[in-house]
Amino acid sequence: MRKVSRLSRFNIASLALGLAFLYLPILILVLYSFNASRLVTVWGGWSLRWYHEFFNDRAMIEAAWMSLRVAVASATIATLLGTLAAVALSRGERFRGRTLFSGMLYAPLVMPEVITGLSLLLLFVALNAERGFWTVTVAHTTLTMCFVAVVVQSRLGSLDRSLEEAAMDLGCDPVRAFVAVTLPLIAPAIVAGWMLAFTLSLDDLVIASFTTGPGSATLPIRIYSEVRLGVKPEINAICTLVIALIAVVIVIASLASKLSSSQGESAAPL
Amino acid sequence: MSSRRIFARPARFAAIAPYVWMALFFLVPFAFVLKISLSQTAIAQPPYEPVFDLTAGWDALKAAFAALSVDNFRLLGSDDIYVFAYVRSLTVALTATALLLLIGYPIAYGMARLPKRWQAVAMILVIVPFWTSFLIRIYAWINILQHDGLLNQILLALHLVSQPVVWLSTDTAMYIGIVYSYLPFMILPLYATLAKMEPALEEAAADLGAPPWQVFWLVTFPLSLPGVGAGVLLCFIPVVGEFVIPDLLAGSNALMIGQTLWLEFFTNKDWPVASAAAIVLLVVLLVPLLLYERVQKRQLEQGR
Repeated sequence: MRKVSRLSRFNIASLALGLAFLYLPILILVLYSFNASRLVTVWGGWSLRWYHEFFNDRAMIEAAWMSLRVAVASATIATLLGTLAAVALSRGERFRGRTLFSGMLYAPLVMPEVITGLSLLLLFVALNAERGFWTVTVAHTTLTMCFVAVVVQSRLGSLDRSLEEAAMDLGCDPVRAFVAVTLPLIAPAIVAGWMLAFTLSLDDLVIASFTTGPGSATLPIRIYSEVRLGVKPEINAICTLVIALIAVVIVIASLASKLSSSQGESAAPL
Repeated sequence: MSSRRIFARPARFAAIAPYVWMALFFLVPFAFVLKISLSQTAIAQPPYEPVFDLTAGWDALKAAFAALSVDNFRLLGSDDIYVFAYVRSLTVALTATALLLLIGYPIAYGMARLPKRWQAVAMILVIVPFWTSFLIRIYAWINILQHDGLLNQILLALHLVSQPVVWLSTDTAMYIGIVYSYLPFMILPLYATLAKMEPALEEAAADLGAPPWQVFWLVTFPLSLPGVGAGVLLCFIPVVGEFVIPDLLAGSNALMIGQTLWLEFFTNKDWPVASAAAIVLLVVLLVPLLLYERVQKRQLEQGR
């Protein structure tokens, strides 16, 4: 006989503790960004002082602007390339070099960032490329297109292929069948992939440090050099703004995946 | 010919652009890392020699080839700093992965046992912190762990300690940071296998008289091993090369290999030694990397 609830007290406790562990530090950070006191640890009442400070910090604003541009550009290129890669892997059947191809796509997901960053920098130096916006964008695209490929591929894998085949039986050529049938069905995963690529790029410190040039620091690079000197309330404010931006992105992404799960069985992981 | 086969042909063409991109920006760079790891530092731009100049003619190229040497690798093998750094990286990664499994498993298990409707919510709740910036999450912990931070304030207020405890710049802080940052990577693959598991199996074992602990140990855990493997690899590999977390949270007396690589590169400007360190790190990670690729492939290409 099937039991109605299989949830034990231990299950509930570990879930509650786990979620508290994941969320409390971030909540505390956000709370203290509204602290009026200069001392991070003493509560001095509510204030927007540190946000004001950030908006007057030219170097930080410039770094934030650089990061946003890189994130938008690299996420867009990565989504294009990652989607193409996913289509080739899940619909291309066998082709020459397939093993190498999938290997190159899966390895960067776990490759330590110091290796990826160093190797790309050495390539850029050898090519005599001027380091700055484009080198960081190319580096981030290389990393994030792999994540896009995984997200889109898992959506393509769960899709009913008879839909594409029906379109072709009714006279569509493969490209038309893809554009008219497959693409709308995987669109939510593509959107989610773009969002993921965007946040990963916005977040990256190590690869950007290697591949950027003098005078074009990204936001994480600026934050990192400030954090090394100690905790500053202004950093809390910047972090809160980044979290808010990402929260907006997540809401859009989850709406997209809701769309996707109402059309298919399950949304892509990650 | 079936329409599936006809569809496959243009799909293969889709591989061309990403293939060329990844070959150029992922594969080719390793050749440069290897070449520079065999070079020597020089006070020049770029800061290493020999520099291969294809326009300088055949003899110059031959001379450049002759100037390559494995000295940097000898240095890595003989200098205690590097040997210690590799050993420390592996021990830290092993310990952290064990902690992650220990903490992540009960959470994933709890998620898998929630009613279906709540499972989706729980999954989003676990993924959301993964989307917030890595650096911000570490910074959040610096806030809490610093000398007059929240943790010490609470401990003092509860009279559990008489004076502030030093948390920052310790291995404890580093492990907290690693577990905090990588927890979603451990939970998600575990949850994926646990959620797919047939509940009837556990119920059958229980009906046949196995106590809950035995049900878990003899039925649930062995069946979740694919998820355990994926989670362990997903955490272990990047942690070995981790830089930011040990740099900001651990002390500076014992470095991990990612930190020595960073130091050689940015502080000492010794690109050849940094490259050699990267090559050795890559060799160390080769087996787990290949294992991970197989897991990933099986998941995406067969298990649907």
